Amino acid sequence: MTDHVLSYMAFFPLAGAVAVLLLPSSRPNWIRWTSVIFTVPPLLLGVWLYFHFDPNNPGLQFVEKFAWIPSYNIQYFVGIDGISISMVLLTALLSFLCIFASWGIEKGVKGYYALFLLLDTGMVGVFIALDFFLFYIFWEVMLLPMYFLIGIWGGPRREYAAIKFFLYTLFGSVLMLLAILALYFTSEPHTFDMTQLIAQGANYSTKPIGMWPFDQLRWGFQHIVWMGLFIGFAIKIPAFPFHTWLPDAHVEAPTAISVILAGVLLKMGTYGILRINFPMLPQATADLSYAFLGVLGTWNIIYGALCAMAQKDFKKLVAYSSVSHMGYVMLGMASFTPQGINGAVLQMFNHGIITGMLFLMVGVIYDRAHHREIEGFGGLAAVMPVYTAISALAIFASMGLPGLSGFISEVLVLLGSWQKSPVLTAFAATGVILTAGYLLWTVQRVYLGMTNEKYKLMPEINARELFTMIPLGIIVIIVGVYPSVVLDLLRASLNQLNQVVIPHLS
Amino acid sequence: MDLDNIASLEYFLPEFILAGTILLVIVLDLGIKNKRALALVSIVGCLCSFSATVHLYGAPGGLMFHRMMALDHFSLFFKLVTLSATILVLWMSLGSREVATLHQGEYAALLLSSALGMFFMASATNLLMAYLALEMVSITSYILTGFLPRNRRSSEAALKYLIYGAVASGAMIYGMSWIFGMTGSLDYGQLHATLFQGNPNRLALFIAFVLILAGFGYKIVFVPFHMWSPDVYQGAPTPFTAFLSVASNAAGVAILLRFFFPAVSQLGPDGNWRFLSGVEWPQFLLVVSMITMTLGNLSALSQQNLKRMLAYSGIAHAGYILMGAVVLSNDGLQAMLFYIVVYLIMNLGAFLVVVVVANATGKEEIEGYRGLAWRGSAMPAIAMAIFLFSLTGLPPLAGFVGKFFLFAAVIKQQFYLLAIVAVANSVISLYYYARVVKVMFLDFPEPSDSTIELDPSSATLLGLLSVMTLVLGIYWGPLVSFTKQSLQFFTN
Repeated sequence: MTDHVLSYMAFFPLAGAVAVLLLPSSRPNWIRWTSVIFTVPPLLLGVWLYFHFDPNNPGLQFVEKFAWIPSYNIQYFVGIDGISISMVLLTALLSFLCIFASWGIEKGVKGYYALFLLLDTGMVGVFIALDFFLFYIFWEVMLLPMYFLIGIWGGPRREYAAIKFFLYTLFGSVLMLLAILALYFTSEPHTFDMTQLIAQGANYSTKPIGMWPFDQLRWGFQHIVWMGLFIGFAIKIPAFPFHTWLPDAHVEAPTAISVILAGVLLKMGTYGILRINFPMLPQATADLSYAFLGVLGTWNIIYGALCAMAQKDFKKLVAYSSVSHMGYVMLGMASFTPQGINGAVLQMFNHGIITGMLFLMVGVIYDRAHHREIEGFGGLAAVMPVYTAISALAIFASMGLPGLSGFISEVLVLLGSWQKSPVLTAFAATGVILTAGYLLWTVQRVYLGMTNEKYKLMPEINARELFTMIPLGIIVIIVGVYPSVVLDLLRASLNQLNQVVIPHLS
Repeated sequence: MDLDNIASLEYFLPEFILAGTILLVIVLDLGIKNKRALALVSIVGCLCSFSATVHLYGAPGGLMFHRMMALDHFSLFFKLVTLSATILVLWMSLGSREVATLHQGEYAALLLSSALGMFFMASATNLLMAYLALEMVSITSYILTGFLPRNRRSSEAALKYLIYGAVASGAMIYGMSWIFGMTGSLDYGQLHATLFQGNPNRLALFIAFVLILAGFGYKIVFVPFHMWSPDVYQGAPTPFTAFLSVASNAAGVAILLRFFFPAVSQLGPDGNWRFLSGVEWPQFLLVVSMITMTLGNLSALSQQNLKRMLAYSGIAHAGYILMGAVVLSNDGLQAMLFYIVVYLIMNLGAFLVVVVVANATGKEEIEGYRGLAWRGSAMPAIAMAIFLFSLTGLPPLAGFVGKFFLFAAVIKQQFYLLAIVAVANSVISLYYYARVVKVMFLDFPEPSDSTIELDPSSATLLGLLSVMTLVLGIYWGPLVSFTKQSLQFFTN
């Protein structure tokens, strides 16, 4: 059993999808509970992983490897290390909770849960795959369910949002595919095995290509491949200027899918850069990361925060806050300091938890009021005190209030990047103020002030909704008070990763 | 091994069986009341021919009928592809209401004759034989295109097809005459020897090759010989359109590869082919390939009729397939063969759904697919989504693997611009394929939309093709070895 923990985590939900398809669609509750049954084992395995993961070992653990298509050297190769473990845990937790958050879906329940479980398989798969081909398959497998989940169960502009998401992501992934093939044919013997591709890093030429504009930029093969991969990942993050799909997709998606999108899918972008660009193409990483991770990250922080401030739609505000918060991850990664990179991955984890809470929070009032206009509410604290309390926890965590998880990761990122570039850090720090601005303003408009007559009798948050938010709230507090519960898992692998790139920094 | 006429007959069994079936169908048509039986007889005939073809894998390679045709793994591969397409299309025709209104005996006989012509296309090693085979396929195709009685669109399409076809084959035979004039030979083997030993005029050769390409390109449907295809696809009976889109395309690829590779290129020890030096034909093909895929995809974007859209998508796919020839490597050729098999499965699947929907609603417009997933059985909609996403090239579906091999071959030979154009085209194609999926799943049916019923035979076929599309997307090892093995030309 324990030899194949990761495979079980990835494929339990797929088995669940098949099981759901076999159930009669006239019994929605059977379908819902079956989905729960198939997401519990991955969660329990995740807990088991947490306790059996060796935090001092920077290398890969729980590895499974066997040949898949031997003639092309394609393997089924999975494993985790400090870069991925927090993401795998996050995915298992959010998938489980989102099954409950989707309880209110009434239309085509069977299709919804089958696609959701398929999506779950794809997400876990991306974080555990160590063969490039396998990674790409999992990466793309997520696309289709996502398209249907947004397109069928989404809001009024769901069709537009779904196809936009689909086209953006596909554009990124085909560039990634070309980069993967370029690496495959440069390696000798040809392989998709990420560990071997990393070991052959010296093969990837950095000699500038004598063709405009590459000769001017002094870009070699390595830099071009880096950019191909980076664009693919940047669309997922989403880094400016590839972020425009995000507000549409988040706003139109049903609540649980927004949680998954923001909580897990966005992390795949930064995860991919850490897993692939950093160790495989260290010279290009050293050359390009200041501009494309540092500066773009800072720009994301400020731009996202300003956009969030201008929003009238509560969900769109949360969506733009994601753009802003993912900027910290990029900035932290670009610093190549222990604080920066650990802060970045911790921020990925924290953002997943906090944004998950924020989207669930918006979902609660949307289900009751059927609109999300910030100005349309007011004084909810008097009507729904429990809901307000838990929302406040999420909002303050997002704001980076000391004692809550967001604070730790943002401070680590800023500490790390200060050593590298005080200017960028200074700009990024203004983002903290802007964040506090738009969030506090929202609290004031939605929860405080005069109660809107229409919502005097709005029912309090129910047990199911509380059940989806409380576990996240607990994690927010635990990580905020004692961040080592997560940081210890990451440290060894991330510091080793830093050491790969640092010698290449000029 | 050179075989004379009598000695060749032993290796000609698949063709004999096919020819016998054609005659049998015509005779039975006179007496039999249940016309469905004719299709079944044809299927059985094809199956017999299939097994006879498989048996030939043990035979030594050689040239038959005084060097007119080759017996090698390459020709056997295309014969199997043709037979598979014929069997699947006949099966598809069983469930088609459109075909039920036709003279079924003649329909089946013509389809089989077309398949027989494709057999010759795959194995011809003489320019004259190649020309005759191509004409045999063309003429049967013209008739079948105009086979819908009292249907103006069908008749118009047939006439258009005929006129374009006449021009293209005229150009081709003119080009062949240039080659003959320069080498004094029509035989591929001698032609090869003369071209590589002598010093023929490069410009004249280039012109001759481009003229010949007109004839082949007309079958594979690439730009600028593509104009007939949207009208013909739309006008012809749908199962025949499906046949045209896969089998005719595959036969065109076969004849193109056999002429341009073993006959006028040389295989190096590294698995790369060297074209006659000084003839810029590969560069010409590179441009043609890029224009074909781009034009096909851009034109498909605005189509309202699904058959027409699939015609343009077929043009785009012809462009993708050509990439394998452009790079002049065995990897590329192998990727082409692989893609042909995959394309056969997914494209026939898509046309099958068109047949199923047209049976129920009589509509071929995309609008007729509104809310298909919510109208009775969801199976056609789900299967269609699988085929269309596979045509887009999304994993884990077979189409992805096919495109993966093509892209891999292109990247390996460092044709980066071609690779970028091709992937950009994949993204464009997603838009129009997803539009159909959107209409089927994201829109909801209106009360006036009739429900879809599936007859058991079509349901089985649909299930079979969808499962194959999925399975080949996950485990394609055996097919790769098969295509690798099929890339063996017998030359002399």
